[in-house]
Amino acid sequence: MIKAEDFETVAETTRPHRMQRIVVVALIAVLMVLPLWVYPVLLMKLMCFALFASAFNLLLGYGGLLSFGHAAFFGGAAYVTAHALKVWELTPELAILAGVVAALVLGLAIGLLAIRRQGIYFAMVTLALAQMFYFFCLQVPFTEGEDGIQGFSRGHLFGLIDLSDSTVLYYAVAAVFVASVFAIWRIVHSPYGMILQAIRENEQRAISLGYSVQRYKLGAFVMSAGFAGLAGGLKALLFQFATLTDVNWHMSGEVILMTLIGGIGSIAGPIVGAALVVSLQNYLATTGFPVTTALGATFILCVLLFRRGIVGELRHRLPAARSKK
Amino acid sequence: MTMIFGVPLMVLTGQMLIGLINGSFYALLSLGLAVIFGLLRVVNFAHGAFYMLGAFTAWMLGQYLGLGFWPSLVIAPLIVGCVGAVVERTMLRHLYELDHLYGLLFTFGLALLLEGSFQHVFGASGKPFSAPEALTGIVRTDFVIVPIYRSWVVVASLLICLGTWALIEKTKIGSYLRAATEDATLVQSFGVNVPLLLTLTYAFGCALAGIAGVLAAPIFQVSPTMGSNLIIIIFAVVVVGGMGSILGAIATGYLLGIVEGLTKVFYPEAANIVIFVLMAVVLLLRPAGLFGKEY
Repeated sequence: MIKAEDFETVAETTRPHRMQRIVVVALIAVLMVLPLWVYPVLLMKLMCFALFASAFNLLLGYGGLLSFGHAAFFGGAAYVTAHALKVWELTPELAILAGVVAALVLGLAIGLLAIRRQGIYFAMVTLALAQMFYFFCLQVPFTEGEDGIQGFSRGHLFGLIDLSDSTVLYYAVAAVFVASVFAIWRIVHSPYGMILQAIRENEQRAISLGYSVQRYKLGAFVMSAGFAGLAGGLKALLFQFATLTDVNWHMSGEVILMTLIGGIGSIAGPIVGAALVVSLQNYLATTGFPVTTALGATFILCVLLFRRGIVGELRHRLPAARSKK
Repeated sequence: MTMIFGVPLMVLTGQMLIGLINGSFYALLSLGLAVIFGLLRVVNFAHGAFYMLGAFTAWMLGQYLGLGFWPSLVIAPLIVGCVGAVVERTMLRHLYELDHLYGLLFTFGLALLLEGSFQHVFGASGKPFSAPEALTGIVRTDFVIVPIYRSWVVVASLLICLGTWALIEKTKIGSYLRAATEDATLVQSFGVNVPLLLTLTYAFGCALAGIAGVLAAPIFQVSPTMGSNLIIIIFAVVVVGGMGSILGAIATGYLLGIVEGLTKVFYPEAANIVIFVLMAVVLLLRPAGLFGKEY
């Protein structure tokens, strides 16, 4: 398991400092006005992936469990949301809820199997099970094969608010994003989150203290899957399609990279990492340089030289943040 | 025509043979993974990429230097082994002190880098690669049709697997390797150059993947993505077999290849996922794997 000494989590106190509160409020304010200058669809894409990476980080950063199969939850929920909008003609919030429920169920099934092994085996098992889900998606008619599910409208939120206007959609997505990141922050700083981190640091000791470690791990896995599903559902709603790309193992790799580059085990890290990786992909798409090669090289550099990630490195170097510790 | 369980015997034996061929590649690759993991404690995600590299090197040797299959079968794995040695010397060895997961993440990045670059340079489509003259043609009997090259691959890979097993279990250098797996510091204090041993082991494991790639080239065509699709199956094989035992890795590889072949006959829809289903069953019944011991 990846432990804190490898990447230096900061022992955050349960109550945020006043300074932190001010920063968070300022960031939310910026998020509210940002679509005035930046293309809102890009911002929404960033938020979807930032939420996905935050969900992944809940498991890796705080539970110490490296899942190589999170694309299954992201892509699975995207399929269910798209199907619910197109075929069942549900309202968007119910369609996303359906996607999240699907991700939770899938997370429970994969989690139950995967937590039976530890460390690298855990990573390999999640990868293999997610690949099995990929082949399943490839074959069942429900996913509409290579074409993917497309050609549906976003519908009306609560049956009232038309989401085809991307400004309206932006504020809906932003609200879900902020609420989810807050929820993840709450989970991490709850007594449950503390025990989870204790298990990450020393599983044997946690067992000897009487905690049912497997249940805590499974809980973290299912919650992480649920938030990943929420991100996938939002993405399906935003782009109005769900395809095999979302369930492919490349996607599982990308979310690992986002978390790693931003900083494992911090709330801000995955958000920064997702923004960077998505911008990098957008930029490379215009240059013709192969994206996979760039991602691979970034991966290697991060693992060799830069294991704390950007946020972790900043915290490590800034004396002010250090003294707070 | 003879029928077994409502299936023509010819179809059954044909799929068994295909299963055996796939099993040969599963065995060769999971063997390499097990050898590397045994000493370095690194799960080599780039194993599939080295397999692809082996196939591409053989193809390039033929394309640019006009070398035939036989010289390529020797030279390509050597080149792949050298690439592996360079990777180990310059980058991988800095990660031994850290958690094993960083080794997995590093090799994952390496796999993406190799796959992406080859796809960019050579395109996504498969390149044909012909089998050597001496091994073309088929043998036809009443109950099975055997393409000569494919049966040769089965025999060759079995020999390579058993040779590797003998190298590790029966020779002096193998005994160093096994001793270093138990306690590297102690072996080093006896005067064995353990860092060199680590490099050689990684290079050897990568070369095994390279051989598998050359053998596979005439069967599956040479394409940049040929390795990444395989490595995930290999991981499932390794989870089923456990990485603790060399013979276990070989046996599991062949076994799962045959099971996959038979599934194609009786329930083709599940052929893609049967290995993963088996993995799930093994996890439920025997979490440490068939031959495994938890490290």
